[in-house]
Amino acid sequence: MSADITRLVAVGRVEDVPINEGKTVSVGGRAIALFHTETGFRAIAAACPHRGGPLADGLVGGGVVICPLHGWRIDLSCGEVVAGGEGSVPVYPVVERDGWLYLEVGA
Amino acid sequence: MTTGTAPRDAAENDVVIVGGGIAGQAVAERLREYGHTGSITILAREHRAPYDRVRLSALLEGVDADDLRLRPGSWYDDHEVALRLGVTVDAIDRAGHAVVTPGGERIPYGRLVLAIGSEAMVPPIAGSDKGNVFVFRTPEDCEGILAAARGARRVCVLGGGLLGLEAARGIVAHGIPTTVVHLTDRLMERQLDAPSARMLTDRMAGLDVEVLLDRSTQEVLGNGVVQGLRFADGETLECDVLVISAGIRPNAELARVAGLDCNRAVLVDDTLTTSDPAVLAVGECAEHRGVVYGLVAPIFDQAKVAAATIVGTAVGPYMGSVPSAALKVMGIDLVAAGDPLADGGVALVDPERGVYRRLVVTNGRATGAILMGDTTGAEALLSLVARSAEVADPLEALAEAARSDVAALSDDTQICSCNGVSKGEITCAIRERGLKAPSEVQAVTRAGTGCGSCKPLVAKLVETETGESSSEPAYLCPCRMLTREEVADTIRSGGLRAASDVGEACGAGRDCAACKPAVSYLVSLINANRHDEERQARFINDRVHANIQRDGTFSVVPRIYGGVTSPDELRRIADVAERYDVAMVKITGGQRIDLLGVRKDQLPDIWRDLGMPSGHAYAKAVRTVKTCVGTDFCRFGIGDAIGLGIEIEKAWEGIHTPHKVKSAVSGCPRNCAESLVKDIGIVAVEGGWEILIGGAAGANVRRGDLLATVANGEAVLSVTSTFLQYYRENADYLERTYAFVERIGIDEIRRAVLDEQSGEPAALRERFALAKAAVGDPWKDAVAAPDGAFSDLGDDPEPALVGPPADGLMVGRDR
Repeated sequence: MSADITRLVAVGRVEDVPINEGKTVSVGGRAIALFHTETGFRAIAAACPHRGGPLADGLVGGGVVICPLHGWRIDLSCGEVVAGGEGSVPVYPVVERDGWLYLEVGA
Repeated sequence: MTTGTAPRDAAENDVVIVGGGIAGQAVAERLREYGHTGSITILAREHRAPYDRVRLSALLEGVDADDLRLRPGSWYDDHEVALRLGVTVDAIDRAGHAVVTPGGERIPYGRLVLAIGSEAMVPPIAGSDKGNVFVFRTPEDCEGILAAARGARRVCVLGGGLLGLEAARGIVAHGIPTTVVHLTDRLMERQLDAPSARMLTDRMAGLDVEVLLDRSTQEVLGNGVVQGLRFADGETLECDVLVISAGIRPNAELARVAGLDCNRAVLVDDTLTTSDPAVLAVGECAEHRGVVYGLVAPIFDQAKVAAATIVGTAVGPYMGSVPSAALKVMGIDLVAAGDPLADGGVALVDPERGVYRRLVVTNGRATGAILMGDTTGAEALLSLVARSAEVADPLEALAEAARSDVAALSDDTQICSCNGVSKGEITCAIRERGLKAPSEVQAVTRAGTGCGSCKPLVAKLVETETGESSSEPAYLCPCRMLTREEVADTIRSGGLRAASDVGEACGAGRDCAACKPAVSYLVSLINANRHDEERQARFINDRVHANIQRDGTFSVVPRIYGGVTSPDELRRIADVAERYDVAMVKITGGQRIDLLGVRKDQLPDIWRDLGMPSGHAYAKAVRTVKTCVGTDFCRFGIGDAIGLGIEIEKAWEGIHTPHKVKSAVSGCPRNCAESLVKDIGIVAVEGGWEILIGGAAGANVRRGDLLATVANGEAVLSVTSTFLQYYRENADYLERTYAFVERIGIDEIRRAVLDEQSGEPAALRERFALAKAAVGDPWKDAVAAPDGAFSDLGDDPEPALVGPPADGLMVGRDR
């Protein structure tokens, strides 16, 4: 995400994503899961690299989401699978301003 | 250890293992265990990390390929083993001490271990190159077989050996007619004698696998794609898919071309070294004293010796292995070892129970064993065979094995055949490393991590060695090592009402979210459902009151008490199914109706339109009470099953439990509602009702234990509700009643639930009533006041802001 021009897309209000929950949002055809962790907002690709499970529906804690389908665990900061199998998902920076949440998506 | 020639690019103790199968992995593990300090590189041809090929047939039965992995990815980092996937080696430069890939990459070695296994052997049968003909060797083969078998009229498995039978069982489990075609006159002819093979044929037939013996297949028929088989006698058999499991062919070409001495496979001596002192070979590609082993147990023996040879540790020469095989077909227990064909010895046969136990004794020594239907004491008998022990009285030896006690086993007795772990290794690990729990033993020795059948033995060994019951605390929160009781104490003493409060107080659910659902359950239990509900601490099913499906959609099962519905309800369900374009409407096994393929955001609207209560089919809760027609219509009924079933279902509706609770009421002992295999099953008998608990008919089949026989429906409701509350309060989260009843014991449960003198049953009923009083209908509540659980953020939201983030913005990652 180090493109020269980045695009900030407003995807919702802070209160739309309660603490320790995730929500799916589609930006430019990309399905992204936005999470509200105890240390801030995180965004990763919405589908689990295992079988495409909806990560936004997973349990969140300790900076990790647990996929609701087969329990793969994915680190929300780096997108790496930390348990269940191997792989990673793209990570997107989240910007919070005036109560709005913006996703930073490469141009 | 001298290696003859001086290594060029690699240090002498840099080991390269060619082959990422069970054998290669075992050598790497033993090397590190024996203190090997040099580098270890595994070159694996397949694009997946080493997996347990022995359990391949599990993939046909729906197990995920990842579950077969021998070690998690972190193991290779932790043990400094470089695992390179998708790397083929097509030449060994022995003079240059390097292996060469097709791309020309040279990978230098100090010592080379060939663990390149074997290929499936395809007999020279005309037409075997047709479509839908598979071998059975890799997860990809399994995928291909399953895809082709879908909708097939018949699948043929060529070869009635261990693998072929396991494959057949895996395919027939999908309801596809399956025939095993075998060349000789008995199945598994290298492991079984005639009587046990006959018994096995019957047992396979009982699993709906047809077995054709004495059939020499001459031709695969079909126009491009297999349509049938033609046998030597001219007879033909139609089939749409052919799975060939006719043995293995060792991979020896690589070694042969490199000039290593080969026969059928690469020749190795008693140190597992080939004709080049720098090159070793292990497993199915190695031939030792004229024998190529095609079973897993010898591989572990060989891996130990090979690793010891490299490290220079003395473990004694490899003297060959006694082959032993265990059939991994659900419902058939079969272990065979050594030479079963020799005359002599004794056999105990019980055709009624399908039990055959034979100990083969030749010249006064144990040389083989076959245990079928009842494998008690297999470890002891296999140990006798492995040691060629003298057996004075074979009958007594068999009888002794049947009583076999783990403490009496010799140290070299193999406990875990999947990972080749002996009793001595386990007891040594327990003593030297102070292990106290079976799970620790599993982590250290790997015993019990394969098929799991030896777990009870491992637990007994822990018990024997430590002198303590090995009932390891089942941690509710493994991260913080907190048991259910400890967390419950925290909740009670702090008067906590929310899952997040529990996290603050003791840390449960803070390091990872896995235990949050268990914490949520405990909070609701202790507060008698007057807790503060926190959506974030619930599994998705409990957040949206529907069952998540493989594609992320949900299923909706409305409450239909006792399975009795009405035209009006059916009409509403039909209208909803049409209005919301529901992908599938299905009758469930619990006599309910399932609407499948529903989007999360559609759920509240569907519930509103249905106007029916939640069936709780998504929750760890009381699910359905299945009923037969009882006395209302059935001419055999002796109890009002429907009336009682509906009454019970209403009394329990909305009560959450540690795991799902399925129940049934049958109006007579014919048990048409399958009460014997329910968590709580009720059966009308002359003069009253029988109550059974702890039954199961899922992954495990268990007949429920009789809790009590009572006079009338009122007493049924009282006793079963008392048990339900006892289970709610004392079971671990996700512990089904069948495990719970076995753990606690029926006598103790009877005491707690039936002994009215103690006052305990009345107290349980009171707490149950309190919990029930606070139960609402989650669907009705969600329709009345929808929360944010059902919505996602919009698609392609506006406005879009272009440009880099301005100063002062908080970026999530750094906050």
